[in-house]
Amino acid sequence: MHTDATNTDDAAPANETVISVRELVTHYGPRPILKSVELDVRDGEILVIMGGSGSGKSTLLRHMLGLEAPTSGTIRILETDITAGDARALAELRRRIGVAFQSGALFSSMTVVENIVLPLVEHTDLDPVTMKIMARLKLEVVGLAGFEELRPSELSGGMIKRAAFARAIIMDPKILFCDEPSAGLDPAVASAIDDLILDLRAAMGMTVVVVTHELESAFKIADRIAVLDNGQILFVGTVEEVRGHPSERIQNLLNRRPEDDTIDPDAYLDRLTREYGPHPDERRR
Amino acid sequence: MASAPVRSPVLQVFDRFGRAAVGAVEQLGRGAGLVVESIYWLIFGPSRRQPVRPRAVFAQMMEIGIKAVPIVGVMAATIGVMLAIQGIYTLRIFGAESRVTLGIALSITREFAPLITGILVAGRSGSALAARIGTMKTNQELDALSVMGINPVRFLVVPPLIACLIMVPALTVFSDIVGLAAAGLYVGLELGMSMAAYGNELVAVLNARDVLHGIGKSVIFAVLIAVIGVLNGAAVTGGAEGVGRYTTRAVVQSIAAIVITDMLFVFVVTR
Repeated sequence: MHTDATNTDDAAPANETVISVRELVTHYGPRPILKSVELDVRDGEILVIMGGSGSGKSTLLRHMLGLEAPTSGTIRILETDITAGDARALAELRRRIGVAFQSGALFSSMTVVENIVLPLVEHTDLDPVTMKIMARLKLEVVGLAGFEELRPSELSGGMIKRAAFARAIIMDPKILFCDEPSAGLDPAVASAIDDLILDLRAAMGMTVVVVTHELESAFKIADRIAVLDNGQILFVGTVEEVRGHPSERIQNLLNRRPEDDTIDPDAYLDRLTREYGPHPDERRR
Repeated sequence: MASAPVRSPVLQVFDRFGRAAVGAVEQLGRGAGLVVESIYWLIFGPSRRQPVRPRAVFAQMMEIGIKAVPIVGVMAATIGVMLAIQGIYTLRIFGAESRVTLGIALSITREFAPLITGILVAGRSGSALAARIGTMKTNQELDALSVMGINPVRFLVVPPLIACLIMVPALTVFSDIVGLAAAGLYVGLELGMSMAAYGNELVAVLNARDVLHGIGKSVIFAVLIAVIGVLNGAAVTGGAEGVGRYTTRAVVQSIAAIVITDMLFVFVVTR
């Protein structure tokens, strides 16, 4: 039984936890970015981590990918504690996950097919012909058949994302991470990418973690949504639960209303004049 | 809490100097770390199922070495002729033009061939390396490598480092030969000396130590070019503008490092 207040949804029955984040705290210098984040991702579900810019969602993703070490706390992915500092275990784990980056992150010096087979070249002993056939298969899945020999610079934004998905799933990962999959795309293409994520989950049964600030996309694909704000998980629940949540902060986020800041005139003046010495009143004293 | 701003201009100078010094030491440490990590992957890569690919090394050797042959050849020939002109002009004062071969041979093999090769490779390949890695960083390609379980140092740094270590000394030998030959042609025309006589004189005045002195330096230059290129590429922040800034920095730093190291090397070895 899971501790977070969610209903079991139809698409993903309450399965075992594949990612568990516990008491995750991160600082950039003195600035706190994540404040004791707790999150569980279940096998086979699509979990969307949603939040505005500066909410800490990208940082949380970078921690889950082992690209940055947190100040404290643990992250276990597929039974591997990636915060333990075991480089070999992390390298092993990385063969079982796929990542589609926001920019696609295709290697510009390689063709599409070379990009896609790279993980196979590096991690398997398959012969080149088999690798190429596997790459074609994945390109069919993402709807990019026939573009094998093009370079990333010759592709459109949507095609780059598709190619990035093909590379991310070439090793048949257990978990697929997607960073802002529909950012920077026109609505039709963005919607097609959302469909692709749903198709991939249906076809391959993988767990998908999506980080996004696009509400429409989140509501369309998510089994559960984790709302992240100001370095804290406000709520984790199904789409309906998030939509109907009584919290004003969550509703502000959903309706894109900025938080009301009450301005203290003294603090405001201090902020503007800080480097020019003490406040005039203080100087007089 | 951010540290309190330093107000006095004098203190500001010290503050800046101190920060620059700490930055330089940090950079040195990172460079040394990079070399050690590269050696680690070269030796232990295969046992960790991450070998350094010979194909990648050959591709870099082509880029850094073979494609630089024309420009290195032209520059070496130009410097050879220039040294011959200056040597004959200077020695004519003492009526000792016939001894010009000695000056040319030692200047080219000990100093000019490694130096000009190093500077050219820094300009061509050090900058290219910084730009490539910088662009990859801004495009999240370095992160992509990491999350695919591919170590970026093994994949991106070791091949150009090995290629530099092989090709910079090789290019130095090539520029020794071209520089000496071009100088010989000029000396032959100016002083009426036959190429055979010039060749014999070269053999008589040059010893292996002089040639090795130049090649030894070129090995150090090779490491400097690769490491400074990579460090600047990895330090890129701020998108395309950052790539341009750090590429320039890579060239300036590696040329400065080459010239300063050259002087230190000569000081240590010849004294």
